[in-house]
Amino acid sequence: MAATATGIHHRSYSSELSLRATKAEYFRLGLMVVVLLVVPFVLDNYWLSIANTILIAVIGAVGLNILVGYTGQISLGQGGFLAVGAYTSVIISDRMGLPVPVAIALAVLMTAAVGTFFGLPGLRLKGLYLAIATLASQQIIEFVIRRWGWLTEDQGFIDVERLEVAGFRVERTLFEQQWYWILLAFAVLTVLTARNLFRTGLGRSFMAVRDQDIAAEAIGVNLARAKLTAFAVSSGFVGLAGALTAHYTEIVTWERFTLDVSILYLAMIIVGGLGSIAGAVYGAIFMTLLPVLIREAATSIRDVAPFLASQLPAVQNAVFGLTIIVFLIVEPRGLDRIWQRIKDYVRFWPFRY
Amino acid sequence: MSTFLNLMVYGLADGAILALAALGFVLIYKATSVINFAQGEFLLVGAYMFYTAFVVLQLPLVLAVVFGVVIATLIGVLVERLILRPMVGENPISIIMVTIGLSIFLRSVVQMFYGTRPQSQPAVLPTGSVNVLGATIPVNRLWVLLIAAVVLTAFTVFFRRSRHGIAMRAVADDQQAAMTMGISVRRIFAMAWALAAVSALIAGILLGDIYAVDQNIAAFGLLVFPVVILGGLDSVPGTIVGGLTIGLLKQFTSGYLDPGLATVIPYVVLVLILLVRPYGIFGETRIERV
Repeated sequence: MAATATGIHHRSYSSELSLRATKAEYFRLGLMVVVLLVVPFVLDNYWLSIANTILIAVIGAVGLNILVGYTGQISLGQGGFLAVGAYTSVIISDRMGLPVPVAIALAVLMTAAVGTFFGLPGLRLKGLYLAIATLASQQIIEFVIRRWGWLTEDQGFIDVERLEVAGFRVERTLFEQQWYWILLAFAVLTVLTARNLFRTGLGRSFMAVRDQDIAAEAIGVNLARAKLTAFAVSSGFVGLAGALTAHYTEIVTWERFTLDVSILYLAMIIVGGLGSIAGAVYGAIFMTLLPVLIREAATSIRDVAPFLASQLPAVQNAVFGLTIIVFLIVEPRGLDRIWQRIKDYVRFWPFRY
Repeated sequence: MSTFLNLMVYGLADGAILALAALGFVLIYKATSVINFAQGEFLLVGAYMFYTAFVVLQLPLVLAVVFGVVIATLIGVLVERLILRPMVGENPISIIMVTIGLSIFLRSVVQMFYGTRPQSQPAVLPTGSVNVLGATIPVNRLWVLLIAAVVLTAFTVFFRRSRHGIAMRAVADDQQAAMTMGISVRRIFAMAWALAAVSALIAGILLGDIYAVDQNIAAFGLLVFPVVILGGLDSVPGTIVGGLTIGLLKQFTSGYLDPGLATVIPYVVLVLILLVRPYGIFGETRIERV
């Protein structure tokens, strides 16, 4: 693979294990930090709300990629797990009166437990059978949250109180800015945890299960434990994303957690790149921005093509479906691979390879 | 008693349509080992194509059906050629995702041209009702049963007797052996998709006639998963047994217990079947310890 930088010779194990080796990599990291810090002061509230949505999507997509991309267990139940996180956190914080951080932590644990339970079929099923089993879990969770009156006190939705932690309350005028910092902290934490998970024995056992499960078992990976841990860790992150969605949007309804949401998250990690943390981040950004940009484009050419603007939701969905198909056919390894190829091109210029 | 009979006829009619939809799904899976998440959308496109020919273009019934068959065949072949053939050899996750992408695309293209409101279409099947043992049974449900039975029999005879049908079974059984016998696997793949689209078209027309021509047809199509898991992913008789069972179960749950529960019951059955007998009632037993 040409994506390794030439001329780098490691003299110790620790330097070889480090995530970054070249100055260019440190420079890009610095650039990214600066951009992330400047964003809330540059963007207006509308674009900042989109940035916040992206940050939540990053957490969910990274979580899903741990399961699908790294462990090879396909899941169509993402929407249901988001719902578990959202409902648990809100019910614990608002109705039982516990502090929000405690509620979010409990929501993460709860979702991990539910995810492990619905991962049990994964011990016997693979590939398409697992996909259909998780599709069923999505339908069942969706039915439960729609029909279980206790969850919403028979209202059909829950109004969530403004976030308040230890005397600090999110202000109305600075709502998006303050949430940006909160969500950014969680997103960075998620990415760091996931990135480092795959440098540990546990993370490597996930990848062994994905690449060849029988061989993995032969070298001593406990398959059942690895798969269930993957379901638990992944659902934990997804639950975190769900809980944050609930507190950020301040309303919880079942419509936010349908099968379409599961598919959206799967699309994020496929377009971004399966089995890559950076890919999950690119995918989350790309898939959240896509409908927004289509809307902008359709409204700006409203006079030329009124059809596009009047049929906006259908057009957005058609482009969404087409994007999935085109990416899978043209570049199955997603945006992450495209970015690597661009880097290679620059590195080897003026030579082809 | 009359409620029971009524529910049974409704359930059997639903089940017959489900069996037709599942037949296409099984055809594709058997021949090409692709899980087609877009089967419901094939029903949707089929129903709208027939609507376009019959109501918008005002063609006579027979011509409208022919128009639908031609378009369905075309779509099936194009989907196989343009989308699934480049994906040969990819991992199951990618193949599942590409059919999900296709389903979203087809659904939104239909929405773009026809909107989300139900389209009114004059009844094709005879309306009216007959009295059986005190129950009022709509005639069109009985016609649905008859048509589905005829189509399913025709497909079965096709597989048993015709050259192409036998070639398809050969490819499903062993692709390489079929190739050495001079069967064009590419043509069989295209044929499987075309036939699946045609059976979905028939299911879509029937569904549009007894309910309405709207986006719910695609949601109905999602029920092929419980059907094929119950009957076995690669079994044609399994689709009939699975389809009728799920159809009856759904109607009885909705009639006696709760209509909301009826939407989720098939999936509960699905999970139970997966835990007990993942290859279904008639499916080929391929035990793989994982």
